[in-house]
Amino acid sequence: MCDTCGCSTEGEAVLRMPGKTGGHIHMDLKSHSHEHASGDHPHDHNHDHPGSRKVLLEQDVLQQNNLLAERNRGFFEARNIFALNFLSSPGSGKTSLLEALIPALQASTPVAVIEGDQQTTNDADRIHALGVPVIQINTGSGCHLDAMMVNRAIRELPLPDGTLLCIENVGNLVCPAMFDLGEALKVVIISVTEGDDKPLKYPNMFHESDVCILNKTDLLPYVEFDALKCRQNAMQVNHHLQWFEVSAKTGAGMAPLQEWIEHKLKDH
Amino acid sequence: MHEMSIAMSIVDAVDAKARAEGAVRISLIELKIGKLAGILPEALRFCFSAAATGSLAGQAQLVIDEPDGRGRCSDCGHEFSVDFYYARCPECGSLRIVIVSGEEFLIQSIIIDEEGE
Ligand SMILES: Nc1nc2c(ncn2[C@@H]2O[C@H](COP(=O)(O)OP(=O)(O)OP(=O)(O)O)[C@@H](O)[C@H]2O)c(=O)[nH]1
Ligand SMILES: [Zn+2]
Ligand SMILES: [Zn+2]
Ligand SMILES: [Zn+2]
Repeated sequence: MCDTCGCSTEGEAVLRMPGKTGGHIHMDLKSHSHEHASGDHPHDHNHDHPGSRKVLLEQDVLQQNNLLAERNRGFFEARNIFALNFLSSPGSGKTSLLEALIPALQASTPVAVIEGDQQTTNDADRIHALGVPVIQINTGSGCHLDAMMVNRAIRELPLPDGTLLCIENVGNLVCPAMFDLGEALKVVIISVTEGDDKPLKYPNMFHESDVCILNKTDLLPYVEFDALKCRQNAMQVNHHLQWFEVSAKTGAGMAPLQEWIEHKLKDH
Repeated sequence: MHEMSIAMSIVDAVDAKARAEGAVRISLIELKIGKLAGILPEALRFCFSAAATGSLAGQAQLVIDEPDGRGRCSDCGHEFSVDFYYARCPECGSLRIVIVSGEEFLIQSIIIDEEGE
């Protein structure tokens, strides 16, 4: 049930904008209207061929999502928007990282954020406090964002030319990797409290990503986590991975990451 | 459980195709899901029956072909089976492996019934 208006939205996604009262939009994402075509044409029973036949599709299961992702990508290209899709397990620090990055980047580039979460607007409220446009997508029972949700969200967000659009995906290392949103790059975040074998346990995520950020390095002295081994494991799965080690909390390592993003913003 | 939304994508796609072909029901759906595609066929089957309820695929049988992972070495050209995204070439030890199969994720075909009953 939607906690804003109380209507039934089991499993449906909802858009909300912090700072705008009453503004929430239900997204009927799954076009599951299987109503039968109104009987305006009689069935043409052709008894010359057997009643059943094979029809070839040979289409990607995610074709619908991928087509929409391409539309999002076209929209981003037309407006010179650089979109990053941030992926991680829950709590590795995606929102904290955005909170650390945005104030620095905002000076030179317009920034906007799409926050994906199953239920709350906590993350969007944190981003809203930074003074950048943000929209929350509550996925309900869905454990990842898809291209349709992003398509709806970008229609509601002010996105001037040249915007850096940060999309914080739902905290989950499995499915978000399968869904192209139309982003320029996927950024996977892993924190030192998670185990250095994560890249091997969730290879799809690391295989699909362009950048990996190891966060919470301020905790390295207190946990058993081998940063070098983690990096080697990640590189085995994907040798093109760009690697950063940061602490969103202390700011350590943030400067190179910020410079890298600024550089990418210029040449994308 | 991403298998649920994937099951729903499959139902949407086959239902639309079957309607366009004038079908009254889908009796069988053939999928190709490589072993490296990140989908658990068992979980997909489980979700599918729920996702298909009320659609033309409500009674459809799912046939899933699961191609094995195969990699080709970019250094020596050797081809071998893999069960992961990374592998070491058994011939020359290189890690520059390109996955040539196992990532498929396709709806291949459906069998539709064109007449009632
Ligand atoms: N010590 C330390 N704690 C951090 C760091 N970054 C984030 N945290 C803490 O980790 C917790 C989770 O951080 P979030 O930024 O909310 O993580 P998230 O990935 O956005 O979480 P979800 O959206 O729920 O998936 C919070 O308590 C943060 O204060 C860091 O660099 N060092
Ligand atoms: Zn968050
Ligand atoms: Zn999912
Ligand atoms: Zn070789």
